[in-house]
Amino acid sequence: MMILWLAVALPAQAFDIQRWTSPDGAKVLLVERHDNPIVDIDITFDAGSRRDAPDKIGVADMANGLLDTGTAQDDEEALRVKISDLAVTISSYGELERGGVRIRSLSRADTLNAAVAIANQMLVSPRYDDKVLQREKSRAIAGLRQNLTQPGFLADRALDTLNYPQHPYGYGARESEASLAAISRADLQRFHAAHYAANNAVIAIVGDLTRAQAQQLAERLLQGLPESAAPLAAVPPVALNKNSRNQRIAHPASQAHIMLGLPVITRDDPDYYALLTGNYILGGGGFDSRLMKVLRDQKGYTYGASSSLSPLQQAGPLTIGFATKKASAQAALADARQVVADFVAQGPTEAELAQAKANIVGGFPLRFDSNAKLIGYLSVMGFYNLPDDFLDAYPAKIEALTTAQIRAAWQRRLNPAQLNTVVVGGNGGE
Amino acid sequence: MKAKRIWLAAAALSAALAQAQTLSATLDNGMKVVVKEDARAPVAVSQLWYRVGSQDEHSGKTGLSHALEHMMFKGTDSVPAGEFSRKVAAWGGNDNAYTSREVTVYHQTVAARHLADVLAMEADRMANLNFSNADFDNEMKVIREERRQRTEDNPSGKLWELMNQTAFRQPYNRAPVIGHMADLNTLQAADLRDWYRQWYAPNNATLVIVGDVNAKATLHTVRQLFGHLPAQTLPSRHSGSEAAAQRGARAQTSAPSELPMLSVVYSAPSLRQVDDTLPYALSVLYEVLAGDGTARLQKNWVRQQPLAVAVGADYDMLTRTDNLFVLMGYPAKGVSTQQLQAALQSDIAAIAKNGISAAELQRVRTQAEANREYAKDSMSVQARIIGELENTGLGWQAEDEVQRRLLAVSAADVQNAARFLQAQKPTVVVLKPLPVNSQTATAMGGGNELH
Repeated sequence: MMILWLAVALPAQAFDIQRWTSPDGAKVLLVERHDNPIVDIDITFDAGSRRDAPDKIGVADMANGLLDTGTAQDDEEALRVKISDLAVTISSYGELERGGVRIRSLSRADTLNAAVAIANQMLVSPRYDDKVLQREKSRAIAGLRQNLTQPGFLADRALDTLNYPQHPYGYGARESEASLAAISRADLQRFHAAHYAANNAVIAIVGDLTRAQAQQLAERLLQGLPESAAPLAAVPPVALNKNSRNQRIAHPASQAHIMLGLPVITRDDPDYYALLTGNYILGGGGFDSRLMKVLRDQKGYTYGASSSLSPLQQAGPLTIGFATKKASAQAALADARQVVADFVAQGPTEAELAQAKANIVGGFPLRFDSNAKLIGYLSVMGFYNLPDDFLDAYPAKIEALTTAQIRAAWQRRLNPAQLNTVVVGGNGGE
Repeated sequence: MKAKRIWLAAAALSAALAQAQTLSATLDNGMKVVVKEDARAPVAVSQLWYRVGSQDEHSGKTGLSHALEHMMFKGTDSVPAGEFSRKVAAWGGNDNAYTSREVTVYHQTVAARHLADVLAMEADRMANLNFSNADFDNEMKVIREERRQRTEDNPSGKLWELMNQTAFRQPYNRAPVIGHMADLNTLQAADLRDWYRQWYAPNNATLVIVGDVNAKATLHTVRQLFGHLPAQTLPSRHSGSEAAAQRGARAQTSAPSELPMLSVVYSAPSLRQVDDTLPYALSVLYEVLAGDGTARLQKNWVRQQPLAVAVGADYDMLTRTDNLFVLMGYPAKGVSTQQLQAALQSDIAAIAKNGISAAELQRVRTQAEANREYAKDSMSVQARIIGELENTGLGWQAEDEVQRRLLAVSAADVQNAARFLQAQKPTVVVLKPLPVNSQTATAMGGGNELH
């Protein structure tokens, strides 16, 4: 037992983040973990859907998503066979702020080198085969039409539009059949050329390899990419609406889906820790949170009510969501509003803050107990230029918070009257 | 297998790993315990598997096991309602539970130094659950909302429920895990208390721990915490057997959806004995059909001849009782469910006739070996594998042997597995889409902007 206690008395940071810039200008972050013979790599670019042109919505998602469907060297089927025979994962992704490729491979040199060579081909010379593009457009349109019949999706999309009516963060919610149908191969190629440059890349690596090996891999991943592309425009700040916007959408489902939200938090937010810790207490902390206690444990309105805060480069949203049978919708919505209003007015209690701190700080090691989790943090640290001591300093910043600071931050940053609201369900009127 | 061992040995820092061990014991009261050491992070995972699920229930009282799972968080005399999760959270951990046809599993992940605290609470609620009628009434509302969310309003949830209802013959296999809504309206607190008394006993439980712990010391702790709980006589169990051939039943439901959905369902055995052969072959067949980016269903019907927007399959050999082998898909616009059904079945027929290629088989083997390495990245996954092997009765020690036999499956075995499916007349279940857009549009015209 003594030994166990000593082990946890060490700083939460049991790992050492190595960070450097590749000769091509890419940022690289590495954590060596030699326990298991595997390696995870995430190569990410400032190429998310926020980089779409306003009249070309959906190009970013498609350009990112189709990176893994063929390269100059291999058509789609040949590429799939290569990846499959190696028993590795190499898949492309596109999100709101970024896009890129993720690799999971065994660390044995022949497998890892082959995986990196394939990923390099995807990044440098995606095939963007027109036949594949037409097929994936059809699938995307079918998927969108399907999603538009589902109340949860409708609520989510409507709230994004209310939160970001003009801003690029709302582009994803503007994807339509027409916008998808309009995407051409030339659009994808233009988008790729404008965003996939070495100096725009962040490479995160976790696993069973050395620094020297990682340096080589990073360079081979980028080989052949242009060193730099034209500078990208700054992402504009988010303009807040003065008044809340509300939308009701009819739906025959037995439950109403209710969402409330507002753009609030940035990655470099001066209130970052106060907002995040407050959100644990409001609705982020599962059964510890007020929304869950009131809407589920006391009232039995819902299977789950929660709030999330999504820090982005510009203001990312606070999002509250739950579903309840239609007859309870109005009462549950009123309760949710009351929970938020009370929390902002009064702030957390000492007991609530103590509980939140205990969970966030005590649970810190759980965030890195697998390579798969750790690489997510590394990539975010690189992409948003977070300082080297971001993870080390995190628990101490949480510990230092007071209830007064959290209350002040929430009062400064969130006016409950400004919360946008979406109710999907019922006949849509009222 | 050999290659993998070499790589493990070559890994740097292998000293700690080489010493990591798995220990197991059966306590005098019949509770099984398995502890696996994994010191990569100062964290431990605990999973307590009770062998009780919807399969043990009876008509008119479906959903008991799942409802009891909810009530297990509603307090004992020493740990009042809500305190279990609150304490785990205060220790920096997270916890939850799930119920299936066969088992109810309570799981926590915590900083390893709090493992004993968590286990003490698990031991307490194995014997001392004492929830109030008020908490029961409230929780049944929550469960009805859960059912609305997961099933009534969820097209794939609805299809899945109908599929089990149609493909199985035994009433206790046909019933949904969450229970029929009619039963959720009539279950009484006393029903759950009875259910708890009947099934929650150490001799009906397996505790699996994976993490930064000393296995020997942890077994000692578990003995101290659980060893005094008395064994009980368990109710007789349904056999779970579904040995009779399929009837080729058809069923249809509908839900707000754009696309229809289709399931083609065969009966399939689970792995009862480690030297069974068909389940391994079915597992490889599943991989060839739907395992990865090269798998046949996707390749044939989404990419090459796009009859479907998406296709998939489902089969799990590590269950205690008979299982289903499912092919499913969303037909593309203008394609009927019958056309897609014929297409999916033609893949089974093609393998039954011509077998699979050497390259396909080799690919499955390579991936099976690699996946064992990838699985070690997650303590929860490791614990789940142990729990599943214990649940089937094969035992955690069988992991290597199961893997060896999986890798030994031949192309001829896979062909036989396809023939086994082809000989059945599958059950076919379809979800027909109901429109929602028109209603949405009209109502939205009616003043959806409120302030």
